[in-house]
Amino acid sequence: MHYSALSLVKQALTGNRGWTRAWRNPEPRKQYDVIIIGGGGHGLATAYYLAKLHGITNVAVLEKGYIGGGNTGRNTTIVRSNYMLNANSQFYEHSMKLWEGLSQDLNYNVMFSQRGVLNLFHTDAQRDAAARRGNAMRLNGVDAVMHDLDGVRKLMPHLDFSKNTRFPILGGLAQPRGGTARHDAVAWGYARGADRLGVDIIQKCEVTAIKRDGDKVLGVETSRGFIGAGQVGVAVAGNSSRLFDMVGMKLPIESHVLQAFVTEGIKPLVDTVCTFGAGHFYISQSDKGGLVFGGDIDGWNTYAQRGNLPTFNHVVAGGVTMMPCLARLRVLRQWGGVMDMSMDGTPIIGKTPINNLYLNGGWCYGGFKATPASGWVFAHTIAHDKPHKLNADFTLERFREGGMLDEKGVGASPKSH
Amino acid sequence: MAQQFRTSSGGHIDRGRVISFTFDGKSYQGYEGDTLASALLANGVHLVGRSFKYHRPRGIQTAGSEEPNAIVELRSGPRKEPNTRATTIELFDGLVANSQNRWPSLDFDVMAINNLFSPLLSAGFYYKTFMWPASFWTNVYEHVIRRAAGLGTAATEPDPDHYEQCHEHCDVLVVGAGPAGLSAALAAARTDARVIIVDEHPTLGGSLNRDNYTIDGKHGSEWAAETAAELAAMDNVHVFSRTTVFGYYDHNVIGAVEKVSDHLPVPPAGHPRQRMWLFYPQRVILATGATERPLVFGNNDKPGIMLASAARSYVNAYGVKPGKRVIVATNNNDAYRTAIDLHRAGIFVTAVVDSRAHPDAPLADELKKLSIRLLTGSAVGAAEGGKRVKYAQIVTTQGDTLDPVRIDCDLIACSGGWNPNVHLHSQSGAKPVYDDSILSFVPGESRQAEVSAGAANGSFALQDCLDQGNAAGAEGANMAGFEGKEVKAAKAEDEGVYALEALWIAPTPYNKSYKQFIDQQNDVKASDVELASQEGYDSVELLKRYTTQGMATDQGKTSNVNALAILACQRGEPIPQVGITTFRPPYVPVAMGVFAGHTVGNDFMPVRRTAIHDWNEKQGAVFIEAGLWLRARYFPQYPGDTLYNCYVRETEATRNNVALVDVTTLGKIDIQGPDAPEFLNRLYINNWLKLPVGKARYGIMLREDGMVYDDGTTSRLGENHFFMTTTTANAAGVLAHMEQYHQTEWPDLDVVFCSVTEQWTGIAVAGPNSRKLLEKVIDIDVSNEAFPFMAVGECKLNNITARLFRISFSGELAYEVNVPADYGEQAWLDLLEAGKEMGVGVYGTEALGTMRIEKGHVAGSELDGRTTARDIGLEGMANRAKHFIGKHCSERPALLGDGRLQVVGLKSLVPGRNLRIGAHLVDPDKRLGSVSQSQGHISATTYSPQLDCGIALGLLMDGASRHGEQLDAVFPLDDEKLRVEVCHPVFIDPEGELVRA
Amino acid sequence: MLRIECPWCGVRNEDEFSYGGDATVERPADDASQDDWYHYAYTRDNPAGPHREYWHHVNGCRAWIVVERDTVTHEVFSTAPASPNLPAGNREG
Repeated sequence: MHYSALSLVKQALTGNRGWTRAWRNPEPRKQYDVIIIGGGGHGLATAYYLAKLHGITNVAVLEKGYIGGGNTGRNTTIVRSNYMLNANSQFYEHSMKLWEGLSQDLNYNVMFSQRGVLNLFHTDAQRDAAARRGNAMRLNGVDAVMHDLDGVRKLMPHLDFSKNTRFPILGGLAQPRGGTARHDAVAWGYARGADRLGVDIIQKCEVTAIKRDGDKVLGVETSRGFIGAGQVGVAVAGNSSRLFDMVGMKLPIESHVLQAFVTEGIKPLVDTVCTFGAGHFYISQSDKGGLVFGGDIDGWNTYAQRGNLPTFNHVVAGGVTMMPCLARLRVLRQWGGVMDMSMDGTPIIGKTPINNLYLNGGWCYGGFKATPASGWVFAHTIAHDKPHKLNADFTLERFREGGMLDEKGVGASPKSH
Repeated sequence: MAQQFRTSSGGHIDRGRVISFTFDGKSYQGYEGDTLASALLANGVHLVGRSFKYHRPRGIQTAGSEEPNAIVELRSGPRKEPNTRATTIELFDGLVANSQNRWPSLDFDVMAINNLFSPLLSAGFYYKTFMWPASFWTNVYEHVIRRAAGLGTAATEPDPDHYEQCHEHCDVLVVGAGPAGLSAALAAARTDARVIIVDEHPTLGGSLNRDNYTIDGKHGSEWAAETAAELAAMDNVHVFSRTTVFGYYDHNVIGAVEKVSDHLPVPPAGHPRQRMWLFYPQRVILATGATERPLVFGNNDKPGIMLASAARSYVNAYGVKPGKRVIVATNNNDAYRTAIDLHRAGIFVTAVVDSRAHPDAPLADELKKLSIRLLTGSAVGAAEGGKRVKYAQIVTTQGDTLDPVRIDCDLIACSGGWNPNVHLHSQSGAKPVYDDSILSFVPGESRQAEVSAGAANGSFALQDCLDQGNAAGAEGANMAGFEGKEVKAAKAEDEGVYALEALWIAPTPYNKSYKQFIDQQNDVKASDVELASQEGYDSVELLKRYTTQGMATDQGKTSNVNALAILACQRGEPIPQVGITTFRPPYVPVAMGVFAGHTVGNDFMPVRRTAIHDWNEKQGAVFIEAGLWLRARYFPQYPGDTLYNCYVRETEATRNNVALVDVTTLGKIDIQGPDAPEFLNRLYINNWLKLPVGKARYGIMLREDGMVYDDGTTSRLGENHFFMTTTTANAAGVLAHMEQYHQTEWPDLDVVFCSVTEQWTGIAVAGPNSRKLLEKVIDIDVSNEAFPFMAVGECKLNNITARLFRISFSGELAYEVNVPADYGEQAWLDLLEAGKEMGVGVYGTEALGTMRIEKGHVAGSELDGRTTARDIGLEGMANRAKHFIGKHCSERPALLGDGRLQVVGLKSLVPGRNLRIGAHLVDPDKRLGSVSQSQGHISATTYSPQLDCGIALGLLMDGASRHGEQLDAVFPLDDEKLRVEVCHPVFIDPEGELVRA
Repeated sequence: MLRIECPWCGVRNEDEFSYGGDATVERPADDASQDDWYHYAYTRDNPAGPHREYWHHVNGCRAWIVVERDTVTHEVFSTAPASPNLPAGNREG
């Protein structure tokens, strides 16, 4: 069923009884050409692009819970491509371009809102780093604007601009095309799109083992029985290590919790996405009115999708320092998502030592904004059995060879990325 | 007429204390002990808000923190708090509250037009439209939607109040001070265990203050007051009222917020507004009670429709009549209390409408005695009225809806049963389980040291609450190691039995379509749940996300179970199969200030100052922050003196004469032990075993991944005694790094070390006249022969014990003097005094930076965590025959191959133009396209007075072999481009003759 | 809030500590293969369940300790000094 203003009116007049399922609820078949493990945004996008761009429609997406229930539905919904290193910049910019037409492509409003992303800086050294990054962005064809104090004040009028503040705002690096999107809608839109092209989306189907014959994967054992596959793509960031443990492989990944928070809904107060430069804090306002914010990971291995106090306190302290009027607003919910923290802070998308098994993981914080490009290059990688040039540098082998993509420059320390 | 809806007597209010307040600009009066909600009801105000989506008129639904509808903007100016529940606001003199999300007024809200378009605004409608044209989403549709959405308006000025954070340990923590909680606290406290009892209300007692119970022969509220007094008098008990436990965290740590001053117009001087408590109990007893469910029927959101228990609360606890003509609608026994209590307060109860065909006989008899009409097998199918309910259409629950009975009323008190408050239990990691006998979820198996008692445990009978609390309290204390003799719980009299039958949605009159609200704050209707299920959003989590049910500020306290049940009906599955969503902290919304505490603003991070700071300040130095230290950046000499003037002057003073700089902020680590040389040998890439005593050496450390981590000089003060310096930024990190390797990898090394950064003041004396200056104050021979480059020795600076290092960051003849920090300022003054006649200067970090760039010394901007020793041109230092950290990973092929960014020098080829940090290096005159042409970037720049030219250090692809090339330094952010020449990074004195002079 | 028992200082809140990662990874000998060094520096078991890991009591006594902890429930099973050579804990003092 096509979505449009017209279909809304038609359905409204007939009691909304005509809406059909957004995606089917099929029984798994015995064999698929491609199985994607993980029904988050990345897995669903991969299936969508496999079907749409590569004509591979005999595809199943296996999800242990409900679609979009992992990090797709737990992140702070920020979309940006303001990276410094060329490989990252080009990949995320490709994603940005896909975002810009995504609602129309999927016929599902993912509410991609290009309200801009602003990174504040408070010291000369931070300004210099922002200049290096901003110039790198511009050289990669990405939009970037350096704002002085007045420019920042226009975008974020309620920050601490007081005279004797500890962290004076010198300016900010902005990406005007950055912004936010409705996270759940991304999963649902891709699910509906993939389903319409014939992909089977199978929820409550947990993979329990990967069946192999030497260097070849034959299929997967699941809570709903064995399912055979010609190729298997894994897109389960947060749990990549657990999946690859099934084939006896260790990954350069640790699982850490990243918390997120939302306040009660209020009338518009924050009109862009803003990050603090003197502490770990970022904030935006959802269309419903809640201020959505977050900070750093807790910094120790965990698979628990729940929040904790010390990081929470620190993040909020940063927020109130940056924007003192926040203190009276109330936090409504605190939650956590489990991140695949890779050893250089950059994702891994590509082939593995096992011939027809592919990895899409190691997303650290970057996963949500990458969803379209991630699915796009992963579909390409699976369809052609070799990476696209946009993910050619994101190999698993880069760590062995010394080709790390370390945006922050902190080295093999997942908790620090 | 003032407070015309008061009962003639009763309630826990002080009728002698009249309090004035305003709501939407109109003045009213209430009594001390009122909430804003009870005071509004006492004045006959029922319409208090507008709903989120349809802007329907809304009233007061509850009497507690579960309130979905009665949310207001409290206070004004910088203390304004949007979305504050009127049911939890304690009335204070001068209180100002305003309704929100309406325009132009609460009474007449034009957005109520949305109500007419509601079929268009069904669940998830926004996912299906607003897509054309694409650019309209951000600029048009979203703009409108954002302004329509949201609830209250936030203050934009800084919050003038402050917040505290405190910690308290105990043996038993009791959450909730109703019958179960009070009895638990009492039982635990009698064993001498340290007990904390916490309750969100100003007065302990919970449901005992709402209901007419009798315990030990007294009114329940009296028993509660006596028990609370008894607890408060015990030394081992800490009672917290106005305190809400908001989070149950790992390792049995409990977070709570105490509303210290919210019941006052402003916090008293020195008092915080609110205080966060972290409790560390051995055992937790969750006596958090239960929340009543509304009934789902047509127009069940109208003002004048409230929970049956809330109606009782207003009558019994606040002496307020919430209506004159009441229908009690229920599917259970408990609501009968409401009919009886309201009747006794003189309110006309026109009917009790019970969905069950055969309610308990004794209760029916009781109603009969009071001449209250009882309609069995019936339900309110729909309510009618404008801004207040006027009448109800009563239908039978057994099928026939074509013949509804109209009953006039101004209040419908409804009860769909009770949900145990399992939120904290769920937060603790446990999974609540469905209990068919109460049609709700009860605590499951405990995952932490917690147990639920009373209504929170699904036991609603008063005696059960008292007994379970008593047992849990004694057991909790016992498990925490306290023994006490068994004491019987207090005795409750007259206890009815709680029984109910499911009524998830009432049939509608004539089977007409009505809005039947589930989540009133987010305007989620039963039909939205049905639509979501129809479209495949049919698991609880998807349902919640698609319809937004349970996502509002009340966190679905009154709506979650109804939504689940209706989804289960829709799917044709039992409720347990549908499951339950996870409860997340905080239990009630908590102000951000509480989590931030005092570590905000200037106290967000500490400030570090050197011993010379005060002197610098007196000189008018401009400071810069580095690693939390305040360092003097430059010293203006007259008003309007610029950064540029200063650093040029300070650099020239150094290069031509002599000047001092405060270098205290460098990390300093004292290392001792026979294995100290071996330890250093493994930490640094270069050799340390044969460094003679009395000598310093420059060293480079790598991370395990082969990237340069830090650099600095380390000196051998004695055979087994070394003194390391690190960069300012990495001082703490390097120490932790050393501790890690020493304790986890090489515990066999006999070495000890600790930070002495704060213990020593470091002063560099640099310039051709530095020796001449030092000769006047230092008691050892500092000639080149006696004290050559890289020499280290102990000495006295006048009377101060000092260490002298012949090291140079500026590239000039230079020394560094270290003195104990307490003598730092004195040493600085002594050096200035000694240099006075030769015109000694001082310099800041800006001139320091200029000289280090001229000298080609790498610093943080080159050592950005992505460069190897080879990249910075110092691979020659590495001794690959020995073992050192990072050795193997630095030998990976991509790090040794072409294309690496390597440190180079750069000279501006445009006279008078300086280079800019952050510019990128591209081939000359290259057109810039979408694929980056960047071959590197500029990391540090300055004007070099020595060379009279803008110079820079940069990182350039394969730069070491490209000296002499010309490139463009581009700065697209500002549309700038400058021609540069690549050169060796050492601009002056490449042979190092000056430092050795 | 993790509560971690430092062998010297007793049970302390997690914000006194900093995390040091998997403690089962063994540092290879100097003559080990590049492959061994790659695995040492980069790959991890990253289990969901019991995990031996390092913590640094950085805002306390600065000891590195080995903690056995469940990465799903966060239950701490044991803590011990990382270095066998440091003196045994004495929490009486």
